[in-house]
Amino acid sequence: MKKGVSIILLLILLWGVVAALSEMPFGKAKLEVAGHYTDYGKEDTGAANIVTSVVLGYRGFDTLGEVTVLFLACIGLAVVLSTLKKQGCGARQTPSLILNTGFRFLFPLILLFGTYVFMHGHLSPGGGFQGGAVIASGFVLMYLSVPKIKRLNHFVSTLFESVGGLIFLVIGLIGLKLGSQYFLNNFLPNGEFNTLLSAGIIPVIYIAIGFKVGSELSKIIDVLLEESE
Amino acid sequence: MIIIVSVLIIIMLAAAVAACIFKDLLSATIASCMVSLIAAVLFFFLQAPDVAMAEASIGAALVTAVFVIAIRRTRRYEE
Repeated sequence: MKKGVSIILLLILLWGVVAALSEMPFGKAKLEVAGHYTDYGKEDTGAANIVTSVVLGYRGFDTLGEVTVLFLACIGLAVVLSTLKKQGCGARQTPSLILNTGFRFLFPLILLFGTYVFMHGHLSPGGGFQGGAVIASGFVLMYLSVPKIKRLNHFVSTLFESVGGLIFLVIGLIGLKLGSQYFLNNFLPNGEFNTLLSAGIIPVIYIAIGFKVGSELSKIIDVLLEESE
Repeated sequence: MIIIVSVLIIIMLAAAVAACIFKDLLSATIASCMVSLIAAVLFFFLQAPDVAMAEASIGAALVTAVFVIAIRRTRRYEE
């Protein structure tokens, strides 16, 4: 009986998939927007990196959603972990000389690279999320190598998080007020193509997102480590 | 070029299978980190440097760190 019902349900599901797929023309472009993005992205947003022109120019509102999801995940993790009791774990192994020297040499370079990635998000590959993740991986290296863990200052990381998110929202609302009636309207001049100060609001938002994502991801690692001490 | 890519894909598949069958969870985590790292290289070859950068920093560094911290809190060996 059960098997018969599940086979019937599977057949219905299969029919739905086949019916949905047979409607699509095979081998043709399904969307016309993709062509528009690659053809007019440069003129519309002024960003040399087409991915950035889609992520922050045409689809800026979706990016706001992503940033919100990350923010909620960070808050949720901190709340859930703060209810747990602190358990003792095994003793920490002292980091080796190679790790310590490598940390001292690499840590500033990793931070510099992360900053470069999110500041040049509209010119070269990368952007706020990637730059923030690179910065957070630098902090992971710090937690591995420093023998007595130095804690991140939670006030400072929360400040960067909140200010980054607020800058994103405020710039979006200013665009809504000044320009035509849509959120995240590009109200700054596009400037000269392929220079650092170009593409209007995109570099400003990416710098805000870079700080926000970097401090959020490092805070997640920090909270997890704090609980495992 | 195609030889390099095929060798990378074979190593990646081997690492993925290894991550599934290892009983030592720390080794499994390192194997899954290897999958992410090779995936980042492959994304770069497929001309998607944005995705490659995100995959390398999040998949290879941060997720591995989270798993290692979780293993440190619980047990290292699967029964």
